[in-house]
Amino acid sequence: MGTALDIKVKRANKVYHAGYTLRCDMRRSLLAKDLTKTCEFIVHSAPQKRKLTPSPVAFTVTPETLQNVKERALLPKFLIRGHLNSTNCVITQPLTGELVVESSEAAIKSIELQLVRVETCGCAEGYARDATEIQNIQIADGDVCRGLSVPIYMVFPRLFTCPTLETTNFKVEFEVNIVVLLHPEHLITENFPLKLCRM
Amino acid sequence: MAVFPWHSRNRNYKAEFASCRLEAVPLEFGDYHPLKPITVTESKTKKVSRKGSTSSTSSSSSSSVVDPLSSVLDGTDPLSMFAASADPAALAATTDNSRKKRDRDDNSIVGSDFEPWASKRGEILARYTTTEKLSINLFMGSEKGKAGTAISAMSEKVRTRLEELDDFEEGSQKELLNLTQQDYVNRIEELNQSLKDAWASDQKVKALKIVIQCSKLLSDTSVIQFYPSKFVLITDILDTFGKLVYERIFSMCMDNHSILPDHFSPENVNDTAKETCLNWFFKIASIRELIPRFYVEASILKCNKFLSKTGISECLPRLTCMVRGIGDPLVSVYARAYLCRVGMEVAPHLKESLDKNFFDFLLTFKQIHGDTVQNQLVLQGVELPSYLPLYSPAMDWIFQCISYHAPEALLTEMMERCKKLANNALLLNSVMSAFRAEFIATRSMDFIGMIKECDESGFPKHLLFRSLGLNLALANPPESDRLQILNEAWKVITKLKNPQDYINCAEVWVEYTCKHFTIKKQEITPHPTLKPPILSSQSQPWKLKKREVNTVLADVIKHMTPDRAFEDSYPQLQSIIKKVIAHFHDFSVLFSVEKFLPFLDMFQKESVRVEVCKCIMEVFIKHQQEPTKDPVILNALLHICKTMHDSVNALTLEDEKRMLAYLINGFIKMVSFGRDFEQQLSFYVEARSMFCNLEPVLVQLIHSVNRLAMETRKVMKGNHSRKTAAFVRACVAYCFITIPSLVGIFTRLNLYLHSGQVALANQCLSQEHGTLLFRDICRASAHNRQQWGSSADAFFKAAISLVPEVPKMINIDGKMRPSESFLLEFLCNFFSTLLIVPDHPEHGVLFLVRELLNVIQDYTWEDNSDEKIRIYTCVLHLLSAMSQETYLYHVDKVDSNDSLYGGDSKFLAENNKLCETVMAQILEHLKTLAKDEALKRQSSLGLSFFNSILAHGDLRSNRLNQLSVNLWHLAQRHGCADTRTMVKTLEYIKKRSKHPDMGHLTELALRLPLQTRT
Repeated sequence: MGTALDIKVKRANKVYHAGYTLRCDMRRSLLAKDLTKTCEFIVHSAPQKRKLTPSPVAFTVTPETLQNVKERALLPKFLIRGHLNSTNCVITQPLTGELVVESSEAAIKSIELQLVRVETCGCAEGYARDATEIQNIQIADGDVCRGLSVPIYMVFPRLFTCPTLETTNFKVEFEVNIVVLLHPEHLITENFPLKLCRM
Repeated sequence: MAVFPWHSRNRNYKAEFASCRLEAVPLEFGDYHPLKPITVTESKTKKVSRKGSTSSTSSSSSSSVVDPLSSVLDGTDPLSMFAASADPAALAATTDNSRKKRDRDDNSIVGSDFEPWASKRGEILARYTTTEKLSINLFMGSEKGKAGTAISAMSEKVRTRLEELDDFEEGSQKELLNLTQQDYVNRIEELNQSLKDAWASDQKVKALKIVIQCSKLLSDTSVIQFYPSKFVLITDILDTFGKLVYERIFSMCMDNHSILPDHFSPENVNDTAKETCLNWFFKIASIRELIPRFYVEASILKCNKFLSKTGISECLPRLTCMVRGIGDPLVSVYARAYLCRVGMEVAPHLKESLDKNFFDFLLTFKQIHGDTVQNQLVLQGVELPSYLPLYSPAMDWIFQCISYHAPEALLTEMMERCKKLANNALLLNSVMSAFRAEFIATRSMDFIGMIKECDESGFPKHLLFRSLGLNLALANPPESDRLQILNEAWKVITKLKNPQDYINCAEVWVEYTCKHFTIKKQEITPHPTLKPPILSSQSQPWKLKKREVNTVLADVIKHMTPDRAFEDSYPQLQSIIKKVIAHFHDFSVLFSVEKFLPFLDMFQKESVRVEVCKCIMEVFIKHQQEPTKDPVILNALLHICKTMHDSVNALTLEDEKRMLAYLINGFIKMVSFGRDFEQQLSFYVEARSMFCNLEPVLVQLIHSVNRLAMETRKVMKGNHSRKTAAFVRACVAYCFITIPSLVGIFTRLNLYLHSGQVALANQCLSQEHGTLLFRDICRASAHNRQQWGSSADAFFKAAISLVPEVPKMINIDGKMRPSESFLLEFLCNFFSTLLIVPDHPEHGVLFLVRELLNVIQDYTWEDNSDEKIRIYTCVLHLLSAMSQETYLYHVDKVDSNDSLYGGDSKFLAENNKLCETVMAQILEHLKTLAKDEALKRQSSLGLSFFNSILAHGDLRSNRLNQLSVNLWHLAQRHGCADTRTMVKTLEYIKKRSKHPDMGHLTELALRLPLQTRT
């Protein structure tokens, strides 16, 4: 009867909510209108069976602990301490921790959490590594009170994260950078690799 | 037409009155009567069928009186049942129960004793204003970045154009600079509206973007003086958003048939709703910037209810911690205030978060004095004393939330924590603003100590004293401390240099002084152990107590007089006056406060002065229970009323005049010199000279004087002595002189009539009829003529001569209306009085009636109006009444024409001649109505004349009889008559004919045919 059925699956993650869309078009004869139906769905990998062991990390940042500094003497003095409750994270649970600016000569502009996805493709000639910022969350705005702990809290974006994946020639990994911006133009970054899993 | 002679029917008023009366029928014992108490006797077996009583088989065995209302209720009514069970034990149990219940309720709902945010809003907006230019920077669609840059130039153009159409499209940035405060408010309101529009048109993403952009504005602290108001405006938008999201998800939970109850649990929420809700939280969690993320999440805090039972209780502490990331202390304290506000609304039982906000705030308190803040203040040119009060609204709110139903111990702890911090004036102020007044009041001396210790350069001290004063006006400090508190506080207040600061503080403390240093009369009780002389026990406490108020007022005068500082502080000064008069209900005491009147002198702007006078008068009218003659009160109030009166000018609105007149009249009515009538009259004389511009006051004065005359008559039991007669004449003269100065024509007419009646009642006639007979009247003395001005006749004559001046149209409540009906009403009233006014010996018989008839004759009546004829008909009634042997009514001790003339035939002849003239006029008029359009009028007028003849004429006279038959025919001639009326009239005549002496009516009835419909 000249009726055709098309099913298209399209990935669309730039919009606010949608994982994949499933679109079904039914073409019909001249006298009848075509029918269309779209449906959204999100693909999850299967939960893992193993038990998650919490792995807390404490950190201290001072001018001395920094690498990549050209002129250490020009840096204002500061002491930032903190901890992440765990770098092994359940993807549905937020990343948590605390950060304390114990002291800082320069005024603080902003403190941010930067979530980075690192995709690595390996082959005979070597490997290609591609790091993308997938979320940036500000946890402190302005010159925060000294000695008062600021919570570290970040929800993993549903559409941009997946459990950490490691195969022989393909890897998807996640990292979080704690970025401290000081007045006038200082940027301090502390990097923590994460291990995400779905329980 | 031939002249018809008039024959009045002789009336026996007494007999008529008796026959009109309803016969009193004695009520048999068993008869039903609605007003008779229903007595129920034991009647279980016997059924009493009693009409109207439903309680016939009531089980009540007592023979008590049962009210038909209560008898409807089967059994005890709920109220009395409650009262019956009100024995102490049961009562205790119920209250205990209800208290428990209330305690439980407390956890979920905030009571009405919690001052809501809405009431703070307006105050903040009014207080935190700026004249500096503001800016709004909205940047929409940052998430997408520069995704669409590589499009052709053409489509780019189209895109920008589309953006212009829709400000909130992706990637648009909008910066509005140089906005005045009003512009800013308007813009925010527009945003609020576009949020609602976006939501209504299902553009949820756009709505979210608007909210994010708006909350971003809260991180901007430029033009810092405006920040509190900005917070108010923007949180309004957030509230809207929160409500929209909640309602949408709530509506998704509704299945086709069932609606989610108000207190639902997350299990009742379907998956779609949960998923949508979760989606919102995910979206918000990915907002990059801290402040918008915080505010937007806080705004939809309530939505956690859809997800889990513990959602809110987990979320609140997390959000509380999140605020710690906000560096600017002002921004952060407002964020906390918002969180507390949302928290109180959604989950008031989660007190821990509130407390945590408070303690976190204390931890960051030192930041205010840190470099970052100080640098910012220098940059913006804002001084610390004006910066610190910006915190107050937020802190007051947080403190208020915490202290709501909080245990004393927590409050004490909070206070102690505040005490420990340096520069704590700001905290102290919020403690005083937010905590229970009783809590503050009992510790007043502590607070005064703390305030004194505060740093001079920080938070302004006068604000602290103001806050303390506000508490003390509400709650009572310990009795023993009261004077000391006042002294300590006033010591500081009096040193304030800036008159504005001073008056703001003084305003509050005046209330404290009035409240605690004045006492109501009933509170004065003699000391139990001492028995002092009566004088000191009554007057001494008053003297003692008003001293403080006097001192305070004196101090205010001292501060506000230099450089005419009072000119800028009228509202505060006004409020001081209001507070003072609210506490002094006894005006003799009030005016003996020496500085009270000098205080009033500070109100030099007329409008304000009049306002204040009005307030005082209102309180006086409200609280003055008994008439007074206290010279202190009279002098002061006369002065105040004079001030009000003198403010009236050509531009004064009618309403205002009415108000002022009402207040002055209220005062005049309250003045009484008791039996000293002469003093009373001289007061009225004085008042007349003072209030001559307000007509209602003059009217009141005339009424008052008339009343005075009647009082005198009452005291003398109608027999005036030489002295009282002279006094009454003085009263009458007062009215006679005053009335012509009024404007309202009917006011004048009615007052002439009224005063004339009073004069008549007091035997103020131009001659002493009382003892003279008709013959003697001719020898009326010259002395009597001199008193013409103070006689009843004078009033009536004045009224008659005023009638021609009545305009055709008069203004009633701003609308022009024809005056004829009012004139008719007045004249009818006037005729009733004229019946009993005795004739004047020097004028002809019935001279007043004649004069009035002339005036009516000459008056230019409306064309096509029958009013004149209606009046003539009434005159006919009057004349008929006058020809009776004994009149229907008399004034005590005044001989009316009936006894003066004693039925003299000459008099009767004069009377009948007048009747004939009047009748001729009526008939003449009826003839002119023979034209088509007037037939209906002719018919009804004819019938009314017929009725008059029937009622007042003697139908045994053939001519009159014939006339009435003619009129009957005239009424029916053109088919204009209402058949029913005609039938009724005929029936009446037939009924009357059965009375004795009325037999001739039978014959008449036979001569009156009824027109058939064909």
